[in-house]
Amino acid sequence: MTVYQASDLRKGLKILIDGQPYVVTDFTFTKPGKGQALYRARIKNMLTNRSDEKVYRSVDTFESANLQERKMQFLYNQEDEYCFMDTNNYEQVSLTEDQVGDAKNFLIDNLEVSILFFDVTPLGITLPNFVELKVTKADPWVKGDSAVGNSKPVTLETGYTLRVPPFVEEGSKISVDTRTGEYLTRVKE
Amino acid sequence: MRARIIQSIRRFFVEQGFLEVETPNLVPSPVPEAHIDLIGTPRGFLHASPEVCMKRILSAGFPKIFQICKCYREGERGHLHLPEFTLLEWYRSGADYGDLMADCEALICFVAGELGLGKTIQYRGKEIDLKAPWGRISVDGAFSAWSPVTLKEALETGRFEEMIVLHIEPRLNNSAPVFLYDYPAPLASLARLKQGNPDVGERFELYMGGLELANAFSELTDPAEQESRFKKENDIREKRGKKPYPIPSKFLEALRTMPPSAGIAFGVDRFVMLLTGAEKIDDVVAFTPEEL
Repeated sequence: MTVYQASDLRKGLKILIDGQPYVVTDFTFTKPGKGQALYRARIKNMLTNRSDEKVYRSVDTFESANLQERKMQFLYNQEDEYCFMDTNNYEQVSLTEDQVGDAKNFLIDNLEVSILFFDVTPLGITLPNFVELKVTKADPWVKGDSAVGNSKPVTLETGYTLRVPPFVEEGSKISVDTRTGEYLTRVKE
Repeated sequence: MRARIIQSIRRFFVEQGFLEVETPNLVPSPVPEAHIDLIGTPRGFLHASPEVCMKRILSAGFPKIFQICKCYREGERGHLHLPEFTLLEWYRSGADYGDLMADCEALICFVAGELGLGKTIQYRGKEIDLKAPWGRISVDGAFSAWSPVTLKEALETGRFEEMIVLHIEPRLNNSAPVFLYDYPAPLASLARLKQGNPDVGERFELYMGGLELANAFSELTDPAEQESRFKKENDIREKRGKKPYPIPSKFLEALRTMPPSAGIAFGVDRFVMLLTGAEKIDDVVAFTPEEL
């Protein structure tokens, strides 16, 4: 386990405070007059998502939070529960809709994702940057209809709707950038 | 803009009859300070302030001197800190910290005037009125007014800086610059104690637009007392697991002939920030350490 000093604090660092994992979301170094340095940090509890302001001095130390990323496969969702499986040991874990967040727009069966764990507690999910999804509903393009620009809305198999170029048809597969939620390209099968 | 500000600072001091001096940046024994870490080299330290050499020049009989130079402090990096930064220092013999407050008012008004900014400047959405006299509040007064713990308690529990940063500095972001003066004696290692109140040293910090801009003292001129205070600073260092620094003995020697004087260190980079509306110190230097 790594031990950090207050002067090691920086944005994105994950530390353990009172047994809970926190991520540093903002950080400023201050040093009034000829006095000791103070490290002001905004930290977010990764279990509760609650943020807090803290002031540390250079004598303060922190343990790194024992976080582990595991590759897992999406199995299914049932109401508020999203179930995943570790493909190495077949262990299953479920996340709440809140924990999954916007990622639910791109979750299809057997999709491989990374899940961040604090010991055995799942904290959140990271999708691959690009996911291929099937278009389940698309209105045919009406020629000359340029009122809404050169795109039209479609619905994907996950229920997510987005705008795509007019040539994308119902039943075709497209690649979507999960970071922006935007259409990338049509996929040939 | 930075160049014009620095040229203007120089002009102010030359017109006031100050002598510009140059002293070495590389020195064998700078002032030992509890909370300032030096950058060491195989041939000595990079100074954290030119005060040791400048006070030796004062002792040698030059009554009004100034210098603009680079100074170095290990581990200081933030939106107001660079490990290598530019400091302006000036010293006046036969003067005390009150005279330096007047100097600050005159200097800043002069530079703002030369830049065509007039008597009010805008800094980050706030108007700062430069008309003298500026606000003055003692450390004791500021703690009574704004700190949730008393000054005594803050000193005993090592929370002085925390109270300053969280509760006092935000109140000093006024529509006019403010002098925070009379620091507790243990926090004014190089300052003369106040006559009639030996609990405080004649030290002030100038705040402008919420930025700490300058630190000044009525200088201590008693070599024995100064040596014992240096030892105390080193003791604090050792208690905090840091290396003590060598005692600057030639400086202590020079104090014997130093006239009563006052001296001040003024952050040039932060002054440029104030006059240009910069949010970060990074915005007023050509290169930050990360860009090298």
